[in-house]
Amino acid sequence: MWKFETANIGDEIPSLTLPPINRATLALYAGASGDHNPAHIDSKFAQNAGMPDVFAHGMLVMAYLGRALTNAVPQSLIQKFGVRFSSITEVENILTCKGVVSNIKQQNDTVKLTLELFVSDEADDIKLHGHAVI
Amino acid sequence: MLDRSFIGKKYQSVVFDVEKQRLRFFSLATGQTDAIYFDEEYAQPLGHPSLLAPPTFLTTIQMEQDKPFEYLDDPNIDIGRILHAYQNYEYFAPIYAGDRVTLDIHICDMYDKRNGELQFCELQSTFTNQNDVLVATLNAAFVVR
Repeated sequence: MWKFETANIGDEIPSLTLPPINRATLALYAGASGDHNPAHIDSKFAQNAGMPDVFAHGMLVMAYLGRALTNAVPQSLIQKFGVRFSSITEVENILTCKGVVSNIKQQNDTVKLTLELFVSDEADDIKLHGHAVI
Repeated sequence: MLDRSFIGKKYQSVVFDVEKQRLRFFSLATGQTDAIYFDEEYAQPLGHPSLLAPPTFLTTIQMEQDKPFEYLDDPNIDIGRILHAYQNYEYFAPIYAGDRVTLDIHICDMYDKRNGELQFCELQSTFTNQNDVLVATLNAAFVVR
């Protein structure tokens, strides 16, 4: 059972699996985030740019990972949260967000945890690698 | 190759009023379930003055510029050719509904990998609230394929 206060190196945060990405997911995120890049909502535009179809906003995938993170630790404790995108998330992909404690540092009376994070799809293709410091 | 004379270019500051409706919309679109992101009456007894902005809500502020992709126009980059490379936030204080956040953004670097096959443009941003408190910084890059 995950508890960040007593976490040890190697402990995993509860994973988060999302429903399959669909076009409505992307349209909704485009509206909410203000990212209207047509590559995420207009199939013709995406195909003209050499992509097979529309694909998910990287920041949507990061937002999902952020949910896994704030499910595991209070948001107010998050000092750093970063990701490196490694592959494109396509429509119908089923994403799973995971994280593991990679470092623990005692500083005076506070404890600093470093988490290694990643998001992969149903075929275990890694979409992004992330890290967080709490 | 990207025109490196744009390294150091600053863009116009964005002043963004964080509204409850927009926070709820963002939280809905990203599938948040925790009531602290939707229900002020639930959030306040937990010590939050209002609805809390989720960690990546800052991206919405960036998109609120008059021309959010102006940094593509300058070096003449086709938006269809870009992919997001990385996004690194550092947080110093929470952002709540009712806050007014100012974003300052500049191009801090351009570089290439694989003998120029991939061109990177790196942006540095700061987010400051209405009390002149630095709430977050962002180091991000996109890649031109």
